[in-house]
Amino acid sequence: MSRVLMRGNEAIAEAAIRSGLKCYFCYPITPQGELVEYMAKELPKRGGVFLQAESEVAAINMVYGAAAAGVRTMTSSSSPGISLKQEGISYIAMARLPCVIVNMMRGGPGLGNIAPAQGDYFQATKGGGHGDYHLIVLAPSTVPEAAELVRLAFELSDKYRVPAMILADGMIGQMMEPVELPEPVDPKDIPERPWAVTGAKGRPRNVISSFDLEPEGLREMNLVLQDTYREIERSEVRWEEVETEDAEILLVAYGTMGRIAKTVVRLAREEGLKTGLLRPITLWPFPYEPIRKLAERVKTVLTVELSAGQMWEDVRLAVEGRAETPFYGELGGVVPSPKRILEEVRKYVG
Amino acid sequence: MSVEVAIPEGYVKIFSKPRALSDAKYTYCPGCHHGIITRLVAEAIDELGILERTVGIAPVGCAVFLDRFFNCDFVQAAHGRACAVATGIKRARPDLVVFTYQGDGDLAAIGTAETIHAANRGENITVIFVNNGIYGMTGGEMAPTTLPGQRTTTTPLGREPRLHGFPLKISEMLAQLDGPAYITRQAVFDYKHIVRAKQAILKAFRNQLEGKGFSLVEILSTCPTNWRMSPADAGRWVAEEVVKTYPLGDLKDVG
Repeated sequence: MSRVLMRGNEAIAEAAIRSGLKCYFCYPITPQGELVEYMAKELPKRGGVFLQAESEVAAINMVYGAAAAGVRTMTSSSSPGISLKQEGISYIAMARLPCVIVNMMRGGPGLGNIAPAQGDYFQATKGGGHGDYHLIVLAPSTVPEAAELVRLAFELSDKYRVPAMILADGMIGQMMEPVELPEPVDPKDIPERPWAVTGAKGRPRNVISSFDLEPEGLREMNLVLQDTYREIERSEVRWEEVETEDAEILLVAYGTMGRIAKTVVRLAREEGLKTGLLRPITLWPFPYEPIRKLAERVKTVLTVELSAGQMWEDVRLAVEGRAETPFYGELGGVVPSPKRILEEVRKYVG
Repeated sequence: MSVEVAIPEGYVKIFSKPRALSDAKYTYCPGCHHGIITRLVAEAIDELGILERTVGIAPVGCAVFLDRFFNCDFVQAAHGRACAVATGIKRARPDLVVFTYQGDGDLAAIGTAETIHAANRGENITVIFVNNGIYGMTGGEMAPTTLPGQRTTTTPLGREPRLHGFPLKISEMLAQLDGPAYITRQAVFDYKHIVRAKQAILKAFRNQLEGKGFSLVEILSTCPTNWRMSPADAGRWVAEEVVKTYPLGDLKDVG
């Protein structure tokens, strides 16, 4: 393990290259410009393909092609660009192609701004494009965790043949922290892809498709997807708990807000307020069960987001009335201070 | 299923289905030129001996079932995105032979950007562009390529260029770029033109094998169903009318 000081966007790029990334397709957008630039500089030197596409639509369809051809592939963008990719992501999901998509969220809707926000939670966790599908959604709250989750994203995506998304924001993309980069992956450890289009030599031909005109056939394809999703929900839920043992109020926050909420827990504890935090690491599959269990013990589950309350819906589904479920959110790229959130905490405990 | 017929004594088999084609029945309407064009692509793959390293990209439109007709690996692309998908495959595995097969709605309307930029990058792929001037599968709507005055289900009084735009000559546009190696327009309404179209398709694949870059063969096709014509009249319409707007011949050839 090598420990280096890196910007989030660059750490994600380097971790992807070390994870066996072969083809990266992109379209420039702030606040993930450094990721694109790092790839342009590094990936061709290390035997990979860097290609700047004419649009986000083209970039995700290039990912579709490279994934179909059986290589580890990735694209990255930020909110408006991710919206443009949704058509392609839906096709990739149904065609069961592994790939990694990075979304460095910014303020929205529309052109919004380039400040950190979490308004793409619904889009990321509920499918995003048309049809019944999910992405595996991983939400880092620090630069080192971002690097770690990139490796995990490739592994889970390969394992289940489900596209994986790194859902972060401009804050994580832009800040610098010491990172322990993952060791370069041994190519032997990358799963075989017998389904890929590599030329039908000495085997039956392979077809990559998201299409079946017959309702029964399309239902069957959907059921396979749904079975895969149930398996992922059983096996891949990840979360972090901070001081939840004796908590009377539980904060639920992810990504940048999860990091700020950790500080809130410390400040609240200094005041004697029994405060804990549950930080989802996988936003899909969502940690419903861990939140439900904690909701049985605490009086309040306070969801804190940089949105108008998107994850809040999942938290309330998890709590199901076992505790009160207030919400505090900021909008438009405004990031609240720990003290501001502490004021919210004081409303419910102490 | 194909049926093996014993060849009687003294007879020689001189015509058979290309190896590249499967036993699946075409889903094209009777009399449509897609059947001829699909077969020409299969013959070219056979003659170049590249079946086992070829990947086709199926479009959205009348050729949406294209993967069923061939015996090679296939990827189904979203509407208009075939050239981007082909780019991804070819960049990931340059040893593969990658071709797209797209209609005019797919390539010249919703996929204009993907097509122009793949051409401009000189992507080393082969594009078969089937232009029948209409959206066939969705029910005969106007395409960018529809002729002035032509009646379609979305131009019931005929295409009025001042309202609906002019026929889009995308091959002429692509020929202006520095990227492409070969841009040609062909037709298959009679034997002579079928032979020429076949030579163009062969060249477009050969260019890829030789690393020359982006090659596109536009082929004027018919849509008897939505043109409300007999197959014979539809063929004559191409020969006499369509070629006035879309003249046949090479538009760019770097040799």
